[in-house]
Amino acid sequence: MSDTLLSVNDIHVSYGAIKAVRGISFDIKKGEIVTLIGANGAGKSTTLNTVSGLIKPDQGAVEFKGESIVGVKAHKIVEKGLALCPEGRRVFQQMSVAENLDMGGYTRSDAENKETIEVVYEHFPRLKERMGQMAGTLSGGEQQMLAMGRALMSKPDLLMLDEPSMGLAPILVQEIFDIIKELNAAGTTILLVEQNANMALSIADRAYVLEIGTIKKTGTGAELLVDDDVRKAYLGG
Amino acid sequence: MTFLTQVLNGLSLGSIYALVALGYTMVYGIILLLNFAHGDIIMVGGYIAWIAMANLGLPPAIAAILAVIGCMALGVLIDKIAYAPLRDAPRLSILITAIGVSYFLENGGQLAFGAAAKVVPSFGDFGSIQLGDASLSGRAILTVLVTAAATAVLTFLVQKTKLGKAMRAVSEDMGAARLMGINVNNTISFTFAVGSALAGIGSVLYCMAYTQVTPTMGIMLGTKAFVAAVLGGIGSIPGAVIGGLIVGFAEVFVSAIGLSVWQDAVVFLLLIIVLVVKPTGLLGRPMTEKV
Repeated sequence: MSDTLLSVNDIHVSYGAIKAVRGISFDIKKGEIVTLIGANGAGKSTTLNTVSGLIKPDQGAVEFKGESIVGVKAHKIVEKGLALCPEGRRVFQQMSVAENLDMGGYTRSDAENKETIEVVYEHFPRLKERMGQMAGTLSGGEQQMLAMGRALMSKPDLLMLDEPSMGLAPILVQEIFDIIKELNAAGTTILLVEQNANMALSIADRAYVLEIGTIKKTGTGAELLVDDDVRKAYLGG
Repeated sequence: MTFLTQVLNGLSLGSIYALVALGYTMVYGIILLLNFAHGDIIMVGGYIAWIAMANLGLPPAIAAILAVIGCMALGVLIDKIAYAPLRDAPRLSILITAIGVSYFLENGGQLAFGAAAKVVPSFGDFGSIQLGDASLSGRAILTVLVTAAATAVLTFLVQKTKLGKAMRAVSEDMGAARLMGINVNNTISFTFAVGSALAGIGSVLYCMAYTQVTPTMGIMLGTKAFVAAVLGGIGSIPGAVIGGLIVGFAEVFVSAIGLSVWQDAVVFLLLIIVLVVKPTGLLGRPMTEKV
C-alpha cells in the first residue's frame, strides 16, 4: 500500500436535478494538509459530505486506506478513522462541552476517551475551562474549537474541516489555523475546505481549486498563492 | 370523599397520563413526529394483559411484564415497518402514516376481539390506608410510586447513559450525530422501545384502575396524554410529567365538584389557555432559528 490515505476518483453528486459535483478527483497522502478552495456553490462541502458518507455519490470511487467507502454508512466511516468537522460547527447546543466531546468519542471506549479528552484539552485549554457549560452559550470561536475537539475525539487518521474560519474575527481565524497546523504536526492528516483561500493556501501542502463542481487547478499551496488566476478569483487581486 | 383522597386520585390518574405523555414527548423530541398510534399501543397492552390473565390464566405479575414487553416490541415494530422507511420524507407523510397506524390498530383490535369491552381480571387486592377520615387506595399509591420510579429511571437513562446522550444528540442534530459515529436508526428504535415500554406500564396501571379494555380505549387516553405533553412543553421530559399531573388533577377536581360532564372540556380549555399564554407549553423551549 502506498502512503495515500484518501483517494477520490471522478465522483458525481446531485441534489435532485441539480448537479453539485461533476467529476472531482483528488488524493491525500498521510501527513499532508490538503485544501479545497473555491467560491460558494463550487461543490466543496458536497465533496466532504460525500466522503463522510452523509450523501451518496451518483458515481465515482472513494477509497480510504485502500478500502472503498462508497455506500458505507456515515457512522461506520467514523469508526474507520475519518472524521468531519461540519460547516457551521453544529455542536450540540443543549449539551455541555464535556458531553459534546463524549459524543465525539462515541465509537470508542470510555477508557480511551478519558485519555483522548486530555489531549483535546491540551490543544484547546479553553474547552477545559468551560467543560460544564452548555455548548449553546459558547462564543462562535469557542464553538468552532469544540467542534474540532469533538471531531478529534474519534482519533481520526484524517480530519476533514469544513469552513472552520466561517464567521470568526481575524484574530480567532489565526488561532484556529495555528491549531490546525499544530494538529497536523502531531500526526493528523488534514483535508481543509475554506473560503478564506489566503489562509488555507498559506498552510496547505497542496491545494485544489474548485469551480462549479469540477477541479479547475491544482498545485502546492505556495504555487497557488502566487498564481495569477487564483489571485484574481479568490485572493482579491 | 375527603380532599386528601381526591388529591391521591388526581395524582394517580395524572401518573397514568404522565407515563403515556412521556412516550409522545420522547418520540417528538427525537424525530419531530406526533405519534398518533401511541395511544393505541396502550390498548394493545391492555389486551395482552387481558389475554394473559383471562385466557391463559397467568399470574398478574407475569401478565403485567408481558404487557410491557409486548408494547415495547410493538413500538419498535411500528417504527421499523411504518416510520423508518420515511425518515427522509416530508414530515407530513410520516404524520399521516402515524394516523394510518392508529386506525389500523383500532380496527385490528375490533376485528380480533370485537367492539364490546372485555373485563380484565383483578391484578390483586392492594388494600387501603386509613389516614384520619381519608381512605387512601393502595392501588392509587402503587400507581404513583411506579410512575415516580419509572420517571427517575428514565431521567437517569437520558441524562447519564451513553445511549441517553446519543438520544439527545440525535434529537438536536441527526446529521451531526451520524458524524459522531452514532447509529441514528438504532437510537430512534431505542427511543420507541423506551417510550412504548412506559406506555405499557401506563396500560397496566390503567387496567388496574378501570378493569376493562376496548379496542378504542387508546383514543381518549392517548389524546389526553397528548394534551398533557403539549401542555407541559412537547419534547420536555419533566414537562410531560407535570402536564400529565395537571390534566389528572383537573379531571378529578372538576368531577369532584359535581361537574363531571365537563371534565374533558376543562382539559382542552386548559390546553388552549396555556397555549395562548405560552405557545411552547409550560417547560417547552422557545423555537430557535438554526444558523
